[in-house]
Amino acid sequence: MILKGKVHKFGDDISTDLITPGRYFHLRTNLPELAKHTLEDADADFMNKMRPGDFVVAGRNFGLGSSREHAAIVIKLAGTGAVLAQGFARIFFRNAINQGLPALICDTSKIKDGDELEVDVEKGEIKNVTTGETLTTSPLPPAMLGILKDGGLIEHFKKHGGFKLA
Amino acid sequence: MPSSLTIAEKILSEKSGTDAKAGDIVIADVDLVIAQDGTGPLVISQWEKLDTGIVANPGKTIFFIDHAAPSPRRELSNAHRTIRAFGEKTGVLVSDVSSGISHQRLAEDYTEPGNVVVGADSHTCTSGAMGAFATGMGSTDIAVAMSAGKIWLRVPETFLIMVDGWFPKGVYAKDLMLHIIGMLGADGATYKALEFSGDTVKDMDMSSRLTMSSLAVEAGAKAGLFASDKTTKEFMKVRGREARWKEISADDGAQYEKVLRIDASALEPVVSVPHTVDNVKTVSEVKGTKIDQAFLGTCTNGRIEDLRIAARIVKGKKVDPKVRFLVAPASREIYLQALREGLLKTLVEAGATIMNPGCGACVGVHEGILGDGEVCISSQNRNFKGRLGNPDAFIYLASPATVAASALKGCIADPREAR
Repeated sequence: MILKGKVHKFGDDISTDLITPGRYFHLRTNLPELAKHTLEDADADFMNKMRPGDFVVAGRNFGLGSSREHAAIVIKLAGTGAVLAQGFARIFFRNAINQGLPALICDTSKIKDGDELEVDVEKGEIKNVTTGETLTTSPLPPAMLGILKDGGLIEHFKKHGGFKLA
Repeated sequence: MPSSLTIAEKILSEKSGTDAKAGDIVIADVDLVIAQDGTGPLVISQWEKLDTGIVANPGKTIFFIDHAAPSPRRELSNAHRTIRAFGEKTGVLVSDVSSGISHQRLAEDYTEPGNVVVGADSHTCTSGAMGAFATGMGSTDIAVAMSAGKIWLRVPETFLIMVDGWFPKGVYAKDLMLHIIGMLGADGATYKALEFSGDTVKDMDMSSRLTMSSLAVEAGAKAGLFASDKTTKEFMKVRGREARWKEISADDGAQYEKVLRIDASALEPVVSVPHTVDNVKTVSEVKGTKIDQAFLGTCTNGRIEDLRIAARIVKGKKVDPKVRFLVAPASREIYLQALREGLLKTLVEAGATIMNPGCGACVGVHEGILGDGEVCISSQNRNFKGRLGNPDAFIYLASPATVAASALKGCIADPREAR
């Protein structure tokens, strides 16, 4: 799985309230409409700048807070290829993988807004095309890589008739 | 020789039928599966995609309508209809408007020591107060758990939080836990379990334990665990559930990744200032900050003990006329008890607005959305930007005593100076 796209850079502690605010609670049963407000409170212009395949890149503790899986869903519906962060809050991390959205842990401090990246999800390699630098990600636990490769948890469960974690 | 286990390892070993140690991936049986009206419709649609047609244990699967209850708008009324119809179709339980917040209702009538509880709500960790392994997940995980009766989990490493000493006047479990989150940081315990012990914790009532466990996720933790002891037994007995009690505790010699020691007698009332929970200051540092709203309620601090503290502070006094003092009991039971004790009368006479049992303002959907530039002091668990429905507002987190004292003064106030 090799992904290419541009970086949209965010800071630390991007909460699920910033990703998909509570004031759009009523749109949770209308996901395309909800996705129009993706990351609105972190960067009001994000959805205008976003192009399919681009990357959301952040600092520490991305996705903290509420269990709302809608946070991972709207980021994926926005066309995001992968989320790269120095760390993820655990519920968001599970949600992203369950939705088939790659969530990769790496040192994002040298990645800048607008950089072009090439990301090999399985190998955990990131090439910054803009700077020529390469980065490695912490490998996903095999159990989660399996779910991601199957396209998410529902697909995983249907394919294997249960959890297949090894 | 059997190995020494933490509470998390003990419960997950039993529920997975393995010798579960920190770091292992296990598939555990789940005892309770829950969702709420914000996450429930997605649980239902994901369950339909799964196409099994099976709910493993409908009597132990509960959808709580607590986040936008009663509904403030058409879309949410329809989401509630979807949940009720699913209940009728599959037999899963629906806890409807006015029953109360899921986590409080679980403690009152459902959670048992040693259970594995999974919920599509991040504060599902609240049930850890009763010696259950309880954790929040997203709707897809919950849809799968609901169908299969099982979930995969990584057995967490545990941080032992040892608390000794008496709380000084004006200091409560909320202050202690905010202090701990300040020490650990908002991601300081990510993927870990917290286990609370020490003399202070052993003496703590269930209300305080629930407050502490509910906040575990605010340090990133997967669970916030207390031993199940005499206090747990007594709490269940009052609800006629004594027969379902059992003792749960960590073994001597259990392996902890980290041990934190805290002297409760050295603590002061604290406040988490905008916009992160780990941004903790002493009340002395922030007192005098003007407020527009004071909110008492939520799974963290909407219990009868919290209402008693607030009523004692405001009794015979008036809330500052510029402040909206909103009070939402966490459940119908608590509401009724507060009525019987005259607490609601005391609060209303002081100028409070009593809201229906539920999450109230905390989700930013209704019942207390802040205006631009407004400031709220709240007994809730999160002060993230936008949490009370407006990203241009400011939320300070504190104990019920600090909230009540602040409501009277019109600014953040030190509860030690009230009465």
